[in-house]
Amino acid sequence: MRLIITKDYSTVSEWGAKYIKKRINDFKPSADRLFILGLPTGSTPIGTYKKLVEFVQAKELSFKYVVTFNMDEYVGLPKDHPESYHSFMWKHLFKHIDIDPNNVHILNGSAPDLIAECEQYEQAIRDHGGIDLFVGGIGPDGHIAFNEPGSSLASRTRIKSLAQDTIAANARFFNNDINQVPKCALTVGVGTVMDAREVMVLISGASKAIALHMAIEAGMNHMWTVSALQNHPKFLCICDEDATLELKVKTVKYFKGLMGVHNKSIEEDNNSS
Amino acid sequence: MTLLYRFYNCTLVRDHALIQDDLWIRNGKIINPENIFFSEKTRADIEYDCQGALIAPGYIDLQINGAFGHDFSSADEASEEMLIKVAKLLTSHGVTAFVPTIVSSLPETYQEVLPIYKRRAGSAKDGATILGIHIEGPFIAENKRGAHRTDFLRKSECGIEDLKTCYGSFENVSIITLAPELPNMVENVIPELVARHNLVVSLGHSTATLDCGERAILAGARFITHLFNAMLPFHHRDPGLVGLLTTHPLPATTIVYYGLIVDTVHTHSAAVRLAHRVHPHGLVLVTDAVPALGFPDGTYHMGAHEIVVNGKRATIAGTETLCGSIASLAECVQYMRQALLDGETNKEIINEKDSTQFVVESIEAATLHPAQVLHIENQKGTLSFGADADFIFLDKNLNILSTFIAGEQAWTVTNQWSIDNLQTKSSQ
Repeated sequence: MRLIITKDYSTVSEWGAKYIKKRINDFKPSADRLFILGLPTGSTPIGTYKKLVEFVQAKELSFKYVVTFNMDEYVGLPKDHPESYHSFMWKHLFKHIDIDPNNVHILNGSAPDLIAECEQYEQAIRDHGGIDLFVGGIGPDGHIAFNEPGSSLASRTRIKSLAQDTIAANARFFNNDINQVPKCALTVGVGTVMDAREVMVLISGASKAIALHMAIEAGMNHMWTVSALQNHPKFLCICDEDATLELKVKTVKYFKGLMGVHNKSIEEDNNSS
Repeated sequence: MTLLYRFYNCTLVRDHALIQDDLWIRNGKIINPENIFFSEKTRADIEYDCQGALIAPGYIDLQINGAFGHDFSSADEASEEMLIKVAKLLTSHGVTAFVPTIVSSLPETYQEVLPIYKRRAGSAKDGATILGIHIEGPFIAENKRGAHRTDFLRKSECGIEDLKTCYGSFENVSIITLAPELPNMVENVIPELVARHNLVVSLGHSTATLDCGERAILAGARFITHLFNAMLPFHHRDPGLVGLLTTHPLPATTIVYYGLIVDTVHTHSAAVRLAHRVHPHGLVLVTDAVPALGFPDGTYHMGAHEIVVNGKRATIAGTETLCGSIASLAECVQYMRQALLDGETNKEIINEKDSTQFVVESIEAATLHPAQVLHIENQKGTLSFGADADFIFLDKNLNILSTFIAGEQAWTVTNQWSIDNLQTKSSQ
């Protein structure tokens, strides 16, 4: 695991966006060789998406040959509901970039057969040769995607009922009315994320501090599903100072000491500022 | 083949605010690009760079007596060709829909003219949409007739029958201005005009008290014709029709709209501010334009009168009586904005927000509000998804740069704004 500790939300976003940009540009995607990117929703990636949009508008990055797979979608919300994850992705990313709509994959929470929808999603990922980089966030309870505490670390894309904490955390997007928040979602499994060739998790804020501690300093545990990534060969975690509040001083010092090496991984090849 | 158009690099007037967003058009309607992206999975066929222009819904004029030398009240001139000619010329004022208005006339005039001005959908080829006719008079108060001819005025002793005898048919009519204090108006005529003939009843050229005005609103009237003009002035013990802007004893869902001629002549800017502060959501800009609109100083014809145009004023020949305006609706929007800005005491603050202050309110007074009067606010006067693609490009001073009707460019101020020059992506 590489742990990048930056100053604040803004630098987490910038670092994350630069990393995605570099991975795509180094890959040099083409019509025959598409870059497969997994994407999250929620408040954490908004800053990263904003930065990616800036890169596209400055013509430093193109999504022309990028395929995306989102992590999750609410069950029962129409695609154009303002709080659906389709709407979130449109508003924050897709409407501003040059991605081909045929290359965009988001689970359909209104599909007539939800189980078939999940199986088809897994198949679509396989058909594309797997995911090159899966970007994600974590919940305060340590979940990745909607893999709530107790989810199998080998799980695949499926229907999940949401934990009370998650519903409460989401109420702020539904007029603070807990009754309006969907109770189920379709989500990629922990196993699905683990299959990606690389995983990058963005973590910001003190509310995530305990989850980060359990994710990287405690053992692998299905009560903190993001901890499964300890077993991933290429796991990159970007967090800010506030998110480290529950880590050991030793852990923080160790990873901060490696920042010189880490920074190189987002530098442009021609070392531009 | 229906093409999908995307207008970008623009600021939209949408949801009561100025927002940075693209405008997507297909089949002459404004559509939601998110649905296209996820369901149809296609991109725009043709894209236009709007060079930072402000995009607003096209303007709607509910009271216009003629323009560019043509008089809607003249039986001699009345023809579909004339109406279309004016409809095309009005696009240069940012007007994409209007209600041709006929002043107090003789029954034979109505019966000749009303059947000719049919409602028609607008297009780049035929100009602005015709939304119906506004018959202003002759059932109005003699003392408040303004420029209307005394010998053409009528009374409603026999109720609705008198109106039917006078006008013939209401088929092509959308709005009627009448004085509610005349016999039978509140009791019978207004309710029947609203319920049976689907008309918008407007109160004007009237000596009605506030009490009479309220009863007229409860009877179904919903508009006031050119507030302040041709009615009793507001008095603190006798508010008259002007008092309707504040009136309480109406159902919560009832909103009283009022036309206002903001041409710097008919209404003092303080009066504009007063009305706006009291009842901003009801303010509807109208031109009440005379046939001289669009023409230079001179003498012209309207109804059975001679009109003299001098600078910003139009008067009845030989008198000082104002008889309508010669400001375009685009100018009225600008004048309204200026009137509101003039009332701001904190003139020293210069920031991003202030540079767009009152832009939305002024534009809505010429778009959303007139559409609401006619109950068509889902199709016209808005840039919401599903609405007709009638819109205008404006610069930051609210000058009209280009006018589009049903998604097609109907007028442009210079070649720079022709869509051929704005196009950056083609389906070819």
